[in-house]
Amino acid sequence: MTTGEVLAGRAYRESTTSRRLEFRRQLGYFLLLLPTLLLLLVLFVYPIVRLIVTSVYDGNHFTLVHYRRIVEVDLYLRVLQTTFTIALQVTLLCLILGYPLAYFLATLRARTARLLMILVLIPFWTSILVRTYAWMVLLQRQGVFNRWLLELGLIDEPLRMMYNRIGVLVGMTHVLLPFMVLPAYAVMRGIDRNLLRAAYNLGASPFQAFLRVFLPLSLPGVAAGSLLVFILALGFFITPALMGGRTDMMIAQLIETQIRTQLNFPFAAALAAVLLVITLVIFAIYNRLLGIDKMFGGGY
Amino acid sequence: MAETAAPLQRAVVATQPARRRWSISWSRVILGLFSALVLLYLVAPVAIVIPMSFSAAKYLSFPPPGLSLQWYQNFFARADWTSATIQSIRVAFTVMILATVLGVAASLALVRGSFPGKDIVNLIIVSPLVVPAIIVAIAIYGIYVRLYLVQTFWGLVLAHTVLAVPYVVVNVSATLRGFDIRLEQAAQSLGANAWQTFRYVTLPMISPGIFAGAVFAFIASFDELIVALFIAGARGRTLPMRMFEGLRMEIDPTIAAVSSMLITFSVLILASAEFARRRSRGD
Repeated sequence: MTTGEVLAGRAYRESTTSRRLEFRRQLGYFLLLLPTLLLLLVLFVYPIVRLIVTSVYDGNHFTLVHYRRIVEVDLYLRVLQTTFTIALQVTLLCLILGYPLAYFLATLRARTARLLMILVLIPFWTSILVRTYAWMVLLQRQGVFNRWLLELGLIDEPLRMMYNRIGVLVGMTHVLLPFMVLPAYAVMRGIDRNLLRAAYNLGASPFQAFLRVFLPLSLPGVAAGSLLVFILALGFFITPALMGGRTDMMIAQLIETQIRTQLNFPFAAALAAVLLVITLVIFAIYNRLLGIDKMFGGGY
Repeated sequence: MAETAAPLQRAVVATQPARRRWSISWSRVILGLFSALVLLYLVAPVAIVIPMSFSAAKYLSFPPPGLSLQWYQNFFARADWTSATIQSIRVAFTVMILATVLGVAASLALVRGSFPGKDIVNLIIVSPLVVPAIIVAIAIYGIYVRLYLVQTFWGLVLAHTVLAVPYVVVNVSATLRGFDIRLEQAAQSLGANAWQTFRYVTLPMISPGIFAGAVFAFIASFDELIVALFIAGARGRTLPMRMFEGLRMEIDPTIAAVSSMLITFSVLILASAEFARRRSRGD
């Protein structure tokens, strides 16, 4: 055997042992993952798959009767339409309120912005039920706002600000606004201010510089916030259930009543499947555009 | 970079006509006022609950006509409120521990490992964050009915753990990605085994992420209403369920007292998270 052959043999043996070591390492990682994976497969993936199966399989054969019912009954179509409209309105409201706020915070010094950000984060960390309660206290017939307005003589009888669309929009926008402000702010903070100065130098007015330079650069954050707000608004339950009008039902409420009062599990499953597909499609768009890692907890 | 940009900035500002600078500051004033109003909209409703919880009136009004602790007394005297609170704390605490242990292990695997299907696993783990709670609720309910897990403590804990694990994974993965893997390799080359490396090198480095994840996990369970509505049952009633009942029937002012305590609690958590973050950055 030549030295070369000896060396080659040793290299081969080393590479197989290192390959075997590497395999054991990866196996170890997989074992670390296994409990979480099992939990999610058994209590998340499988239940949802079964839910969808229930919606199309009546025990003996395949059926689309529940889906046909959603499309054919006016009431259910209206619920879908209401859900979309409310989600869209809330997204727009969050955009109108959130974009200027994020922009303002991004122009402040980082320390000041962090302090003011606490005012966004306190509601963000407060339970939705608490916040909905606060709005109910403010907006109800005998509520704080109506009393103030009556005492000031601005109105003669209490305004209806709750148990209708107004209440739902005010409450939902309050809950979802931080989901717009946080990603928008994060992106705006990262925009290089020198680009704006360059635009001024080239003769742009502040408005032109904003429109042609800042706005396009801030779009990823705005898109992230908008998609997130829209997804979360579609599946909203608590605020519309407590502050919404009887005729203004959203899909999550319909699913709940179908199970709790009608005991119609397959129909509820079909509604859930529709909501799920819509949500996942938007989620996929989000993932394609921005990546899911940036969605939650990625710091503020 | 900031230093080199400063003279340039001054030069730019100096060459700008005075009128333009005025128009900038006017738009800034309007922008600032608008932002202040939006911040007021975000914070005022939360802040207003606290003085109202000390109201001496039998109905809700602001400002309160007099001060009293009647709603707090009511909360602590009534078993339906206290037992729901204790149940929520028990569930959330158990969920926090389970989700943190599972989530840290999963994050190590997802960040450090490379095996087929990793991306799909990643997607599955974060998807409970975006799938509407009502879907998770009825899906799990459908399974639990067959497994006799409806209305059990562990049934609720496991369901909430599904919702809480993603928060731990997202937070811990972020800190894991941020730190230098060569520190682990150095420890191992100095003779530390896998456990020692984790215990003495990795764990201290990622503890801020674990802390944040654990806090998120606790809150995810403690505030969760919809899944609990379907599977907890009247005897295992949680605090959000009790509050929801109180809001659905008539608006019970006891909720003002509960809410004030919860707001104080979330402010404390926010402060401690901020403190932990600062300490981990060393400033």
